[in-house]
Amino acid sequence: MVLKKLEVLILPLVSVFAAGLVGAILIFAVGENPLAVYWIFFKSSIFSINGIGYTLFYATPLIFTGLSVAFGFRCGLFNIGAEGQLYIAAMAVAITGIWMDGWSAWVVIPVCFVVSFVGGGIWGGIPGLLKAKFGGHEVINTIMMNMIAFALVNYLVVGPFHRKGTQILETEFIPEAARIPRIHELIPFIPKTLPLNMGFAIALLACLATYLILWKTRWGYEIRAVGISNSVSTYAGISVNKNMVLAMFIAGGFAGMVAISEVMGYRYTFHDSFSGGVGFIGIAVALLGRNHPVGVILAALLFGALIRGSLFLDLNFDNLSKDLVMVLQGIIVLFVATDKLFKKILSVFRIG
Amino acid sequence: MWEILDLELIASGLRLSTPLILAALGGMFSERAGVVNIALDGIMIFGAFTGAVVAYETANPWYGLLAAMALGGLVAHIHGIASIRYQADQVVSGTAINLLAIGVPAVLSNALYNSTTVTPNIQLMLPIIHIPIISSIPILGTLLGKYSILVFFAFAMVPLSWFVIQKTSFGLRLRAVGENPEAAETAGINVYLMRYYAVWISGLLAGLGGAFLSIAHGSSYVNNISAGRGFIALAALIFGRYTPKLTLVGCMIFGIADAFQIRVQGVIPIPVQFIQMFPYVLTMIVLAGLMGRAHVPAADGIPYAQAK
Repeated sequence: MVLKKLEVLILPLVSVFAAGLVGAILIFAVGENPLAVYWIFFKSSIFSINGIGYTLFYATPLIFTGLSVAFGFRCGLFNIGAEGQLYIAAMAVAITGIWMDGWSAWVVIPVCFVVSFVGGGIWGGIPGLLKAKFGGHEVINTIMMNMIAFALVNYLVVGPFHRKGTQILETEFIPEAARIPRIHELIPFIPKTLPLNMGFAIALLACLATYLILWKTRWGYEIRAVGISNSVSTYAGISVNKNMVLAMFIAGGFAGMVAISEVMGYRYTFHDSFSGGVGFIGIAVALLGRNHPVGVILAALLFGALIRGSLFLDLNFDNLSKDLVMVLQGIIVLFVATDKLFKKILSVFRIG
Repeated sequence: MWEILDLELIASGLRLSTPLILAALGGMFSERAGVVNIALDGIMIFGAFTGAVVAYETANPWYGLLAAMALGGLVAHIHGIASIRYQADQVVSGTAINLLAIGVPAVLSNALYNSTTVTPNIQLMLPIIHIPIISSIPILGTLLGKYSILVFFAFAMVPLSWFVIQKTSFGLRLRAVGENPEAAETAGINVYLMRYYAVWISGLLAGLGGAFLSIAHGSSYVNNISAGRGFIALAALIFGRYTPKLTLVGCMIFGIADAFQIRVQGVIPIPVQFIQMFPYVLTMIVLAGLMGRAHVPAADGIPYAQAK
């Protein structure tokens, strides 16, 4: 019984450990020392206030995208579109901020929050609507929406919203009133260079909200019921179609909230290809976190640490680049998917 | 702008249909046997990368071609182990492959050539076939005259796939495990083995489709070379109701749309980014127009626990 409960923790840990082993083989194959590589990951991510701060900073967008994918899964939908949703929302927030120059922060910040959620939500809601109305496969449609989003924001940042007088592909900066505070402005001994911002706290609140919605409201109950069985839900009088659209809208909304930490809290502009794949890493975060908000936070911290550490790979190892994180997360997803294998191994211990 | 709507457009469309046809036919084998293969895109990327590296290192595109197929099969086998043996969620396992396809080529290409995004240009591309008499006839010559050998191969695979799936006992068993694995097992068919065969075939073909991009159509591997073609191939497969003939039609629609998109850039006064969206928007529209018409193999995507 105890083991059964622990399984929730043990299985993801075993998956991560196994992924580390496979990753070590790859690192060895390209001619580097796996122990030295993993040591860099540890040292840079958790051995100093700065390191921890950066880990939390990189974990922030992953909490949003992890929640996004997890929320979709809870309704039985696979949202691979977080990457596109967050780009659309980030561009929408940047444009809104620029347009609302001169307004009070008390107005601009809430408006930008809503824009981030609705922007991502619409981009996620469209595949949800296509699924509900026409049965269009949401995996293919979210991928297509990604491609369309990349082209659209690229057009906007190259063309109409490009900041004058720079080669960098960025929009104008959003005004002071649209920016949220950095942590060092609130807590004295935090290094001033640390980009960790209030977005992290908002991400934690989003996790709490997800928990309350999914497990404490009738509405969340319906979404989970649809995720478990379409036919049973229909029989119970729950509208499958309505909940699918709703779930994809909310999933897109969470992905869109990446704009809060990245645009309003860090860059203060829309920067072309700023995301570096956090929408895709969100898939690994959700699966490793077992689609539970607490699990999402823990998994996001792990991947945040990996991203932090990966920035030192190029400097320290000739044959490695930060892409190693993408490899590790792919292996982790594969192992989480095949947890039957690990259950088998664990059950050997249990019988004895 | 009308001058771009010529025979060259059709010819270029046929070329761009080729990777879609190969991947979609691969997907068909897999899905007809009951294994959802969302990993097609990742397998194509692995195939394109391997093809370019081996073709460059050996200075022989044929070795690249074989290596791409072999690695495609191997990557598909990983998807197979996860989704057949360990009954993983097939969409999740396929996504894992797609995520690996973002990272692994970048890491290896960085280690080999100090670039995470491109491999060196290959010395020799796969040969272009000129059909002797036809290529000198005016209209037919433009339409059918000269293509990479892989284009002919892909189109030849369509009737061949139909024959294998509909007319051979192998195809019958393949369809049986995709429609009703319990009944198939009762009839003495090894469900797991049939599904492995199907997944392997999908890997060989999708790997080949990837190699087409890097050693026949292009001459090196570049980052994001598939541009979502694996997913578009899946859409073509769904459009084609999992049958070879209609899937071919779907692939040709998307291939010609892609060719149109490339040729229309700079010709009409619409920003290039909006033109690039065209094949993706078309894919979504086509998928939406199909409601309820496709017969999905009954056991598609459902893991099966074999009695042993």
